[in-house]
Amino acid sequence: MANLRDHMGRPIVAVTGIGVVTSLGIGKADNWAALTSGKSGIHPITRFPVDHLNTRISGMVDFLPSSSKGASHLTYELAETAAQEAVSDAGLDSGDFGGPLFLASPPVELDWADRFSLYNSDKQEAGAERLLRVARGLKELDVFETTQFGSIADRLADRFGTRGLPITLSTACASGATAIQLGVEAIRRGECDKALSIGADGSATAEALIRFSLLSALSTHNDIPEKASKPFSKDRDGFVLAEGSGALVLESLEAALARGATILGIMRGCGEKADDFHRTRSKPDGSPAIAAVRAALADAGLGEDEIDYVNAHGTSTPENDKMEHLSLSTVFGERIGSMPISSNKSMIGHTLSAAGAVEAAFSLMTMRESVIPPTINYDNPDPAIVLDVVPNKKRDAEVGTVLSNSFGFGGQNTCLVMAREPV
Amino acid sequence: MSSHDVVITGIGLVSSLGEGPDAHWQKLTQPGFQPVLDAARFPPYTIHPLPEIDWNLQIAKRGDQRQMETWQRLGTYAAGLALDDAGIKGNDELCTTMDMVVAAGGGERDEAVDAVILAASESRNDRDVLLNEKLTTELRPTLFLAQLSNLLAGNISIVHKVTGSSRTFMGEEGAGVSAVETAAARIRSGQSTHVLVGGAFQTEHSDMLLGYELAGYLHRGPWKPVWQRQGSEGGGVVTGSGGVFLVLEQREHAKNRGRKIYAELGPVVSGRARRRQGELNSEIASLLKQANLPDGDLLTISAASGAHAATAAEKAVLDANPALAVRAFSTLTGHMKEAQFPFAVALAALAVDRGAGYPVFDATVERPFKGVPNSVLATAIGYHQFEGLGLIKAA
Repeated sequence: MANLRDHMGRPIVAVTGIGVVTSLGIGKADNWAALTSGKSGIHPITRFPVDHLNTRISGMVDFLPSSSKGASHLTYELAETAAQEAVSDAGLDSGDFGGPLFLASPPVELDWADRFSLYNSDKQEAGAERLLRVARGLKELDVFETTQFGSIADRLADRFGTRGLPITLSTACASGATAIQLGVEAIRRGECDKALSIGADGSATAEALIRFSLLSALSTHNDIPEKASKPFSKDRDGFVLAEGSGALVLESLEAALARGATILGIMRGCGEKADDFHRTRSKPDGSPAIAAVRAALADAGLGEDEIDYVNAHGTSTPENDKMEHLSLSTVFGERIGSMPISSNKSMIGHTLSAAGAVEAAFSLMTMRESVIPPTINYDNPDPAIVLDVVPNKKRDAEVGTVLSNSFGFGGQNTCLVMAREPV
Repeated sequence: MSSHDVVITGIGLVSSLGEGPDAHWQKLTQPGFQPVLDAARFPPYTIHPLPEIDWNLQIAKRGDQRQMETWQRLGTYAAGLALDDAGIKGNDELCTTMDMVVAAGGGERDEAVDAVILAASESRNDRDVLLNEKLTTELRPTLFLAQLSNLLAGNISIVHKVTGSSRTFMGEEGAGVSAVETAAARIRSGQSTHVLVGGAFQTEHSDMLLGYELAGYLHRGPWKPVWQRQGSEGGGVVTGSGGVFLVLEQREHAKNRGRKIYAELGPVVSGRARRRQGELNSEIASLLKQANLPDGDLLTISAASGAHAATAAEKAVLDANPALAVRAFSTLTGHMKEAQFPFAVALAALAVDRGAGYPVFDATVERPFKGVPNSVLATAIGYHQFEGLGLIKAA
């Protein structure tokens, strides 16, 4: 009989359902097959013209019915698709989930397509005055709902029958991990037996791309798209903007065992620490990321020598990969050179608000399948970053514990520790 | 009473009424106080504008101020007021261990750039190319950071050094409810000892008005109190700029450092009525039941927005409970979206602390409250979706 309480006396939280969508495909099976064969989902942008753009590649999800319908619709469909897979995976009623919903999703704005269409439906006045006048004559709520930050979660709550007021959150690139953390905490506090945590991001619009581009954050290696994301390489030059979603059904181990559910993994610990240094750069000594990793280990009740594999944030920006290496080598010491550390982003790009959830899903599969997905495009190692990045080819390995890192713009750092088995 | 009770030890407030608890108390307790209105800048809408603020008082570095637009400055400023009030600002140990939950929408777009693009779209069919052409050349690179929802929290970390943990909840009034509810749950369970929680809304920007008006929610024509907008032109919401942050603290933690306690934060409950199916009235009634209201007259600080359907539903349910003496503060401050619920909690805590109620804000609908409010109810029924309320009690 497994322990039902963790080292701090809290209910142990199990994962009983996993769902995922990335540019590599829909669902766990397709994604895992692609990921372990080192396939890249990065491709030329076709959703909008690329005239005047320095970056013309991305990991957009172009194969869903909502892919061309704007950020809000696509984010909803990504979230719904991943959640549907996770809930059926868990063997639960997909219309009556019965636990709270935590959704990591991008901040929403009125899409340009709607802005243009509203504006050009009238001739009087100009600029904002015209938009406001046209807006108050609208008879439908469709456009309005795309601008409300709570609408996607509201629709998902209806769709899956989740309980109570859903929480929509953003901690930038750490959002997906935060959504999982909120679910774990709610179960540990005894507020619920199960929670649905989703990270979804379908916001790769032209404006989003341009905004990141203006901050010099994106790779401009347009010629061979699948080679552009190259975490920990010497010639890495930025991240590749991408879309995707990951969903986890979290359950108290006790409730999961009681209903005979298959345990896909254990959420052992979560840790976070905010950075107060700069809006886009991390503190030079790496102390916030170090503190986040250590907090996650402490929360999990594991020592530094008890982590088998690190699913890196590994964005492929010069700054992140350098700082992540610094933080990990500080925490893990000499062992860092021999620990496998790979970046899923080398293949799927940076799915922003979804990344933490997508990568948690892949971390759990890594343990279950005993296969570590590689860091592809590792042709030109950065000599300043000495890591075993599982270069270019998957590796068979027994993995009992994983640390998954998420570090966000705005200084929000969240780390998750997952285990294959209950203690 | 338990050592893990949640108490309020810091309040930072900014609205058209001024800044700080004292200024708000003074104005809100003046019988017949008239709101600060501006009907000239965004006709046909009336707004409650920000007062004059010396940002330097809470955001010392000009460089930090330049990285933000008004929304983030306002939130960062209000957060600073709350930290000061709780005796936490500048205390490294307390700041680095402090958790934070911010309720946020988005920041301000560059209206001038948008207007140029929209104007050009009238004579061009290649609008997607137009967009690339203008956005790549006209956007200020750092504006993106001023727009990101989670960067209000980011700026609070940078300016005030609050770095324990940082979460940003999105979703209009519901985000404010969840932020307070989650912060309180963390403290009760022993996960946190002190949490900074709040939000800000800056309405003096046409896009922020557009966010309501795409569903026709804004009140037009002459200003009226919140409860009297049914049947008037428009949708009933008059917005205001403002910000509020609360320092929530474990009772024992606050006592050990000898801090003044405004009030205890009792139960906070939240819900999501399926409003199209007519569930709002029964949902509000059910939340009132869950909040374990005390017997006798109960001062109730309502964050009612004026939105016709939601405000009518709230009024009907509150009217059905004759013990509730309701004050809709948005009559005097305007609707501050994500900040509504924390603002209601702040005003409730002030009343408990001062041992007195507020006079009626609208004499035609609200009834006098006499006596000492030992408990005060705070409600936030979203103008479009999501509901919550909380009970604030004498410490």
